[in-house]
Amino acid sequence: MNRFWTILFLLVPILGVATFALAPVYGHWLPDDFSERGVNIDRLYYFILYLTGAVFVVTEVVMFWFMWKYDATKTDEPTKFTHGSHKLEIIWTIVPAATLLFIALYQMNAWADAKIDKPDMVPTCKVVARQFEWRIQYPGPDNELDTPDDIYAPPNEMHVPVNEEILIHLESDDVLHSFFLPNFRVKQDAVPGSMIPVWFRATEENEYDLVCAELCGWGHYKMKGRLTVESREEFDAWLADQARDNMATQETVSQDSEDQ
Amino acid sequence: MSATAVGAHGHADSQSMSIGKFLSTYVFSLDHKVIGIQFLFSTLLWFVVGGLLALGVRWQLAWPWEDMPVIGSMLYSAEGGQIAPEFYTMLFTMHASVMIFFVIIPILAGAFGNFLIPLMIGADDMAFPVLNMLSYWFMWPAFILMTLSFFVEGGASAAGWTSYPPLSAIAGAAPASNAGQSLWLLALIFVGISSMMGSVNYMTTIIQMRAPGMTMFRMPMTIWAMFITAILQAFALPVLTAALFMQYLDREFGTGFFVPSGYVVNNESVGAGGGQPLLWQHLFWFYSHPAVYIMILPAMGMVSDMIATFSRKPLFGYKPMVYSISGIAGLGFIVWGHHMFMSGMNPALGMTFMLSTMMIALPSAIKTFNWLGTIWGGKIHFTTPMLFSLAFVSMFIIGGLSGIFMAATPIDIFIHDTYFIVAHIHYVLFGGTAMAVFGGVYFWFPKMFGRMMNEAWGKVHFFLSFVFFNGTFFAMHILGAGGFPRRLADPYHYETFKHMQPLNQFITICAIGMGLSQLIFAGNIIYSLFWGPKCGRNPWKSNTLEWTTPSPPGHGNFDFQPIVYRGPYEYASPEVEEDYYLQTQPPPEGADAEQSTEDGH
Repeated sequence: MNRFWTILFLLVPILGVATFALAPVYGHWLPDDFSERGVNIDRLYYFILYLTGAVFVVTEVVMFWFMWKYDATKTDEPTKFTHGSHKLEIIWTIVPAATLLFIALYQMNAWADAKIDKPDMVPTCKVVARQFEWRIQYPGPDNELDTPDDIYAPPNEMHVPVNEEILIHLESDDVLHSFFLPNFRVKQDAVPGSMIPVWFRATEENEYDLVCAELCGWGHYKMKGRLTVESREEFDAWLADQARDNMATQETVSQDSEDQ
Repeated sequence: MSATAVGAHGHADSQSMSIGKFLSTYVFSLDHKVIGIQFLFSTLLWFVVGGLLALGVRWQLAWPWEDMPVIGSMLYSAEGGQIAPEFYTMLFTMHASVMIFFVIIPILAGAFGNFLIPLMIGADDMAFPVLNMLSYWFMWPAFILMTLSFFVEGGASAAGWTSYPPLSAIAGAAPASNAGQSLWLLALIFVGISSMMGSVNYMTTIIQMRAPGMTMFRMPMTIWAMFITAILQAFALPVLTAALFMQYLDREFGTGFFVPSGYVVNNESVGAGGGQPLLWQHLFWFYSHPAVYIMILPAMGMVSDMIATFSRKPLFGYKPMVYSISGIAGLGFIVWGHHMFMSGMNPALGMTFMLSTMMIALPSAIKTFNWLGTIWGGKIHFTTPMLFSLAFVSMFIIGGLSGIFMAATPIDIFIHDTYFIVAHIHYVLFGGTAMAVFGGVYFWFPKMFGRMMNEAWGKVHFFLSFVFFNGTFFAMHILGAGGFPRRLADPYHYETFKHMQPLNQFITICAIGMGLSQLIFAGNIIYSLFWGPKCGRNPWKSNTLEWTTPSPPGHGNFDFQPIVYRGPYEYASPEVEEDYYLQTQPPPEGADAEQSTEDGH
């Protein structure tokens, strides 16, 4: 029976590795990445996956081996009466410490690239999160946000041009939300009372999910937006369409108010 | 001291017991053992509640908007047997709140801490028995308020267990945020008071009431862990308590500590505002990150004791273990920001927190290597508590390593708020702490009740829990890698997550299996309480002081004055014939007592 338990523990590393190896075969893996900075993030993900994977397999197998070898009903070896080893303690303090320090330093550039070194440019658009939708607003001909000529997209519809740096001003109207683009490895909480910049560069034209990733109330699950990445020409044409639609709506609104 | 205490309130076993006597012995008892057992049963009952709430969450994720068979129509008749989205947000909020504040924290410190501290250090009781009793009874207002919150209009809190404002701070911001949220805050304040009374008591008891010869470095790891945990509680809790009061004031009096000015939620005006939502996150995590260690350190201590006992070998690297626990406690206060990498906190601060967070992985690594060192060259006995302890180590390796992913800030951008985090926390708190708690119950049950638990059924319980646990939570790493977000009532209307439903169904089936296997545990406890084989003082042939007392120990604990001659882990010592060497056993004639007690290098 002891052998049974020992082998059960050996199954942990075997099935653990198998799960991670087989998941991509069955279509369960990182969603396709279509951004420049996301490539970096994925590279770091794999780096840590292989590193921790190796440590995982080694420690779990060592544990299995000790359980197998030092089973009280099987072993003839006398118990090693020891209280520890100074040398081992120093080794297994310094080696992980150096590794962890290296990991931390190794990540810093990617982090700075994604969150600190904001591109110096006119914002592409402003995204305002509210219960339970995304409102997107583009600067008008004056190239400035929050001026009367701003162009409003229909709720939950976001368009950006492909292969260009995109800078978003992220705000919230009510509670916390989080702006999550799984295919671009972008995530940032929207905080009421603050404007937080978000930037990325999309590399492939398509439609993508925009997910709210911070609990914002009962309708959190349905706060779904669509991001369309398209060529510069298509984007400009779409924006001009929106501008026309806005104008038409404004006229009806002002007519309505005159009628009253 | 010991003698007077016994004289003062002894005779618990008197035949003609009046109601007053019954109340003072079993209900409003001052005896740390009774209080510990009260904590144990209360928290185990809440464990059932928390588990059922989790199964509700799992049902919705596997078969969203489908009628729950049988119980659905009883629970949510208004929705025709379906889980409504607002009910779903309440389910996961209350699952986490119950498990963290009513189960894990009180079962470790309240149940095991209370029961074991005086016994393991050779004291007749806690330093402040009345305070100790109050620490249990202050849990009851919390229990009642939390239960009540399910029945008020709008239901219990549904703002997540982290209760982030403004969602939580504005009454009416969501169905989530009605009276239930205020009751939630009040309940947590009571839990805090209870924990604070406990921690003051534990610190004082451990510092002041150790038996002669019980130096700090002769204390078992369980006691070291409880000591460090008590210090963490004492320093971190006031911050949470202050934050809870502030949020309560925000809700009830419009103080606006956490609410920025000039905006309207759900057509409700928000009052003066002028606050900052991030302030809450800083205060909350300043407590709740150390609380993560409050929820694991005592488990580590208990596991260290069980592994040494069943390897019949001294704990490997006792002092490095003590230092790493202290290191975790110290570093634990400067890593809270890693919960906030995506919150809008200054990203440069994120870098600092990444560095400190990476470093806190180090003491955990040291501890893991020392546990492996302990079983190396021992004689391993595969008892139920040992299997659970080994499972703790095996699962903690996974939980510890997955933590490195989210400590790395760039990767956290992607996996933050996904099921990767859910997998991580459950590997640490279920695979880790709950396994240690199960092991601890099997290990100390004979001491608590004088009867052994059934080993065969214990192993069945272990096997099923271990297999179903991994089936439930390992797959969540894969969900997380796919970006699958937490807290969505229906994730499948996103194209990105549509294909993940079958995997979620597999997880739910495993979770139901895991829930059902706990019936074996409950059955084993109840059966063994009455019909388990009686045991002597030291059924496991262990070294520490609690095993020198009768099982169960009477009022005042020790029927002799314990004097401690050595550390707690002298298994297989060449000085004696047997493979264990009680801390109280006088050294044989001629042996140099001092030399044998210092941990050898």
